[in-house]
Amino acid sequence: MGPAAFVMRKVEVVYRHSWLVRLTHWVNALVLLVLLMSGLQIFNAHPALYLGSKSDFDHPVLAMNAMQTDGEFKGVTTVLGHSFNTTGVLGLSSGSHGGYQARGFPSWATLPSYQDLSTGRRWHFFFAWLFLFNGLAYLIWTFASGHLRRDLSPTGTEIKHIGASIAEHARLKFPEGEAAKRYNVLQKLAYLAVVLVLLPLMLATGLTMSPGMDAAFPWLLEIFGGRQSARTIHFLTASGIVLFVSVHLVMVLISGVWNNLRSMMTGRYVVTLPEGES
Amino acid sequence: MSGGAKLDRRRLLQRGAAVAGAALLGGCEELSRRPFVKRILDSAEVLTRTAQRAVLPRKALAREYSEADISKEFKANGSTNSNDPAYLALAAGGFADWRLKVGGLVEQPLELSLADLKEMPSRTQITRHDCVEGWSCIGKWTGVPLKHVLDRAQLKPPARYIVFYCADDLGETGSEAGKYYESIGFEDACHPQTILAYDMNGQPLPVPHGAPLRLRVERQLGYKMAKYVMRIEAVEEIRTIRGGRGGFWEDLGYEWYAGI
Repeated sequence: MGPAAFVMRKVEVVYRHSWLVRLTHWVNALVLLVLLMSGLQIFNAHPALYLGSKSDFDHPVLAMNAMQTDGEFKGVTTVLGHSFNTTGVLGLSSGSHGGYQARGFPSWATLPSYQDLSTGRRWHFFFAWLFLFNGLAYLIWTFASGHLRRDLSPTGTEIKHIGASIAEHARLKFPEGEAAKRYNVLQKLAYLAVVLVLLPLMLATGLTMSPGMDAAFPWLLEIFGGRQSARTIHFLTASGIVLFVSVHLVMVLISGVWNNLRSMMTGRYVVTLPEGES
Repeated sequence: MSGGAKLDRRRLLQRGAAVAGAALLGGCEELSRRPFVKRILDSAEVLTRTAQRAVLPRKALAREYSEADISKEFKANGSTNSNDPAYLALAAGGFADWRLKVGGLVEQPLELSLADLKEMPSRTQITRHDCVEGWSCIGKWTGVPLKHVLDRAQLKPPARYIVFYCADDLGETGSEAGKYYESIGFEDACHPQTILAYDMNGQPLPVPHGAPLRLRVERQLGYKMAKYVMRIEAVEEIRTIRGGRGGFWEDLGYEWYAGI
């Protein structure tokens, strides 16, 4: 390629994230990690899930057990009646001081690492309050400031061209120039699903597991189909958030990790504009 | 921005992330053991209790279920019997000689037999039992509302808590120090669904479920519902009893308010 192919590009710094979004984002990241790990500790106290009001111990929808066959211990995970050997990770794994032990999730995934339900609950409920206050601050600001309408709501045109956006993402091609100043339609939909559906669902299903809240708001049980269903939905929703965070981290990494990180810390995001676009 | 500064910032970020990760994973565990961290984490219990009391009307009932909802297998958790010779002798005699002692801050200390309790007004309720471990079972309970017993004993004004002393040695210490005990506040003690149950699913309460008498506190978790109840005491303060946190599991770190 000769020098003629060299295209002049202009760099523009845009203020992408307000201080409140940045602060609540990082608080939420920390809080969700603690909630996840202490939640897995609580799950491990009875590593099985059911549907309905009560536990049908013979027919869990999901269970993690240690089983002994031919004198050998195995970790077995059963999902809707289908069993899988998950030795080393689920059902049976190394304890915090070595040696295999029966436990749902492994010690590296739980807080504390050793089996201690009461400490897990303390961390979980303390951070659940932080989650609530942080989430409320974010949501109130998001609605009141116009952030929701301005930055997060997809336009009709965007929805119409969602197919093209999916195809671009699948080829790991991300918007550039002027378009990079805004969230693209897939980002908008993913963020809306998380902040308006998944995270509030975590709170609501969590409260439905509380016998006190069930007495105060019996309709919670109707909405989620009983306490055990609520517990199952709580688990599935948490899994959905783990999936979102995984994809989110991959996207952050491959779409300009330092630019993304800086924008979420200082607010400033660098957009490269081809000559003549601005 | 110069290249050097950029690099420094990157290194700083990387190190910060590494330190934060290690601090979070290892640190939370270490922190859990520090008394001041425990106190901070415990503050959430006060918040939870205050918030639930604020949204939960005093007399609001826990959901009651139908006969068809009753669990075929109701898990018996914690102690499933007592090894106390005195208790075993009572059980061998069909609890005919068993007496519930009611004392403490009352005008009229009582000793009530099962027949005495069954002569008092009764309440039958089909409710969901939520274990702190996460599972739930539904059972039908018949018993005397605790309020009737307390009214008969006539509480003295300073009484703020009702303490239940049990026959089961869950702590396996072989002494009184390991025996199960629980306490509830005045509001829960007077709740219409708070009963001393002698029947379960239409039969006399089986030994694994706490024969001859267990407490039901339907708006809290299972561990509040003491089994094998032998003695009830009205007190002003629970801090001076045993571990000081108001119950067997509470002394091991569980919340006294178990509404969640």
